[in-house]
Amino acid sequence: MFNLLAMPRLKQSIFLGLISAFLLSGCNWVLISPSGDIAKQQSDIMLISVWLMLIVIVPVIVLTLLFAWKYRASNTEATYRPEWHHSTILELVIWSVPLIIIIALGAITWVSTHKLDPYRPLERISEGRDVPMDVKPLVVEAVAMDWKWLFIYPEQGIALVNEVAAPVDRPIEFRITSTTMMNSLFIPALAGQIYAMPAMQTKLNAVINKEGDYEGFSGNYSGAGFSHMRFRFHGLSDAQFAEWVEKNRKEGGELTREAYLKLEQPSEREPVQRFAKVDANLFEAVLNRCVESNRMCVKDMVAIDRKGGMGETGTHNLASNATIGRKLGLDLSSQKTYVGTLCAPEIQAEAKSKVL
Amino acid sequence: MSATNYATIENHPILGRLTLEAIPLHEPILIFTFIGVILGGIALVGALTYFKLWGPLWRNWITSIDHKKIGIMYMILGLIMFLRGFADALMMRGQQAIAFGDNMGYLPPHHYDQVFTAHGVIMIFFFAMPIVTGLMNYIVPLQIGARDVSFPFLNNFSFWMTASGAALIMVSLFIGEFAKTGWLAYPPLSGIMQSPDPGVDYYIWALQIAGVGTLLSGVNLIVTIVKMRAPGMTLMRMPIFTWTALCTNILIVAAFPILTAVLAMLSLDRYLGTAFFTSDLGGSAMLYVNLIWIWGHPEVYILVLPVFGIFSEVVATFCRKRLFGYSSMVYATAVITILSYIVWLHHFFTMGAGASVNSFFGISTMIISIPTGAKLFNWLFTMYHGRIRFELPMVWTVGFMVTFVIGGMTGVMLAVPAPDFLLHNSLFLIAHFHNVIIGGVVFGAFAAINYWFPKAFGFKLDYKWGMASFWFWFVGFWTAFTPLYVLGFMGVTRRMSHFDDPSLQIWFQIAAVGGLLVAAGIACFFIQIAVSFLKRKELADVTGDPWDGRTLEWSTLSPPPDYNFAFTPVVHDTDAWHDMKKNGYQRPTTGFLAVHMPKNTGAGFILAAISALVGFALIWHMWALAIIGFVGLIAAAIIHTFNYDRDYHIPAEEVVATENERTRLLASHV
Repeated sequence: MFNLLAMPRLKQSIFLGLISAFLLSGCNWVLISPSGDIAKQQSDIMLISVWLMLIVIVPVIVLTLLFAWKYRASNTEATYRPEWHHSTILELVIWSVPLIIIIALGAITWVSTHKLDPYRPLERISEGRDVPMDVKPLVVEAVAMDWKWLFIYPEQGIALVNEVAAPVDRPIEFRITSTTMMNSLFIPALAGQIYAMPAMQTKLNAVINKEGDYEGFSGNYSGAGFSHMRFRFHGLSDAQFAEWVEKNRKEGGELTREAYLKLEQPSEREPVQRFAKVDANLFEAVLNRCVESNRMCVKDMVAIDRKGGMGETGTHNLASNATIGRKLGLDLSSQKTYVGTLCAPEIQAEAKSKVL
Repeated sequence: MSATNYATIENHPILGRLTLEAIPLHEPILIFTFIGVILGGIALVGALTYFKLWGPLWRNWITSIDHKKIGIMYMILGLIMFLRGFADALMMRGQQAIAFGDNMGYLPPHHYDQVFTAHGVIMIFFFAMPIVTGLMNYIVPLQIGARDVSFPFLNNFSFWMTASGAALIMVSLFIGEFAKTGWLAYPPLSGIMQSPDPGVDYYIWALQIAGVGTLLSGVNLIVTIVKMRAPGMTLMRMPIFTWTALCTNILIVAAFPILTAVLAMLSLDRYLGTAFFTSDLGGSAMLYVNLIWIWGHPEVYILVLPVFGIFSEVVATFCRKRLFGYSSMVYATAVITILSYIVWLHHFFTMGAGASVNSFFGISTMIISIPTGAKLFNWLFTMYHGRIRFELPMVWTVGFMVTFVIGGMTGVMLAVPAPDFLLHNSLFLIAHFHNVIIGGVVFGAFAAINYWFPKAFGFKLDYKWGMASFWFWFVGFWTAFTPLYVLGFMGVTRRMSHFDDPSLQIWFQIAAVGGLLVAAGIACFFIQIAVSFLKRKELADVTGDPWDGRTLEWSTLSPPPDYNFAFTPVVHDTDAWHDMKKNGYQRPTTGFLAVHMPKNTGAGFILAAISALVGFALIWHMWALAIIGFVGLIAAAIIHTFNYDRDYHIPAEEVVATENERTRLLASHV
């Protein structure tokens, strides 16, 4: 018999310690008790799927152990039918019960995958509370860099490194990209993750329901500095959020394209940085890989290609990037002309002035 | 950190990018390993020379085209690489148990990232694959009553290509470095801009060379199973293990070319500056992720299907009962084979696909759990009304059944896209796939080794040490991976070399203890083999049928003679040997004829060795050597085609002598 009181003092305290460690740590099982509605719904579906599957799992484990015991060779009392190998009823049951469970789970999957699609604008703030008609989502542009996160608030005109905040109960729309690596933006308390990839934009719609200081990080391995590619996510009241924005405006510098290019260089364990002003088209430029004024934007390149490309001359568009130029065997000694980009503001201005 | 900057290094005309700096003299762990390997190597060479074993080693093993010897060599390769892969695992467990707060642990990211990449690559490609291929190689021809595989030389060549790939991975330990990209080497991280070092090149060429071997061995086994079955063995009378082997090899032949193609594209990106997977110039990394998983998901079933076959054989034998639901087992296997091709996207629901796409792949994944569940029930109802002997293979099987269902459950949790957004890339995922790979493939490998060892070597394995190994593995596995499930729920992600939150540490420490328990299980396994070898007289199997088996491999001698069967058996039912025994089969003792057999050749070893050399040259950009090697490779292959001395006859007298000895043994036993 297992008797806790009969255990020696040391063992007893170790045992109780382990139990309490287990129970206490239950509080930070963030996936089971998240603070955002999306994560909450995802977590609920996870638990529903567990319960559904236990309908099969528990009997299988119990029967395995039971049969293993009952039909052991030494138990000669048990029935032994060496040639019995087929039963239509049993076959029907073992194929159809899992089938029914999977049909149920499949239906849940279809509905929940569409409802919780990270691209889909939110319809509710939390259970029973719809998003009010007049509330627009807070747009946050997220850039995964080596190895830190840049968050740009286009509405507020501010930006931060490794810190992000949102008012409680206001839908947030993250627009996500990356500079070089494949990362994933993951704030477990808020919502499931989505990849951040260079030259591509992903989206995440979510809402935080409780004030608090939460953990965020990259969920997809991206090289040497990955372990410390972490940030804090603050769920704030409206007043606190306004204050927080104000603080950024007061303390921060300016995130120009030059400042961005410096920031973009690989670095690890970057402290929080605040920017009071941000180049208005920065995210668009990052996404199109043309923050440098002499690079052609991906969308322009795609537009040209869609019209049939420009043949060999088209390669000159790439000549400004020395590495790629060298790889293509282009002569970089003489300055070639190439199609400019519509992303870079100075070229845009220049082009405009020429047209005028 | 590595002193060489590979992004700017000039190519030496002969040595390419290889310089003395590539030898990691600054890494004490590697230096000690290197010294150990050198000392071990010297001891091995010395022993081989002292006992004059070079000749026999070359004649009987390296050049052997006997499927049984090749099977054994695959198993040995797998077990050696397993030790390397497991050492990596222990290093990771150790690092994660101590690297908290100010303590950075003993492995910097530069080293740690190589360790987890090597662990994954080795465990999948150079442990699990050789073990599974080795078992199929050894058992399938015996189960179908054949004397060898269809293409015996190809079989030898396939093995040595796999071994060459493994050798290249081992070389990366001491010359240069291995990839720091994770086991699937996703770009952009594996691209030339982010990984200019030769690590990814080691990865590419090791897998390409080993991949040739895997693909050819797949072709070989398919043809063997389709064309070489004993008379009377219709498809629906094949042993389940042979069925699963057939499906697995179909998967190999259909899936591995995709891996070859995607790695070829990655190497074109890296070597020639193409842009298949770069963000610049219109490439897309998402293309790579899709392609590698179109290979990668069937790969999971390539590993696990034969293991399902093993459990089916073991359950029927040790319950002394015909397998429940043979046909539904076959159909379940076939359904899994087909479905495994339409689920790959579940590895990246979070890459931004639309909801309908994610739902499709989520639901198709769940559907796989239906035939898999049917298999479990079939084993369960084979136990029902049986007479279960708890010999070692059966113990592993029961351990598998209770472990694997939990892995199946967590797998379905991950298959539902909504929760997957939370669980993706977390330690929960790590716990899940170790749950199915250790609980399935590794437990299955141990069941198989304990089951078929007496067939291969003529004596059973020791029970006591076998049980010790099982319990250490079983308890160790759950101790090591339950904490990872828990950490997954806490939102802890994979591939971290350092943590800030001290409250997580206890879980990693428990996991590390689990790792040590598994280490004890591995030690017990090797002790088990040593003890059994010492007690081989006592444990000897003279009947060839130590477990009262049901399939044809048990109808011949243990170990089987070179020709497997003196007379090709005739099959009338599933479980052919059981049927023969039941109907009073008398073993023929006269009328033996000479047996026509294929002859050993060193060509496979030579071709594979040249391939490894070419791979090494390509990794280090030694273009001259690569060209010479490649020309040599083609020349050697052509020269081999002029070798007409490919077969011989085992004289009738020798067959008679072998079979008479067997008659004597059988008589002595009764």
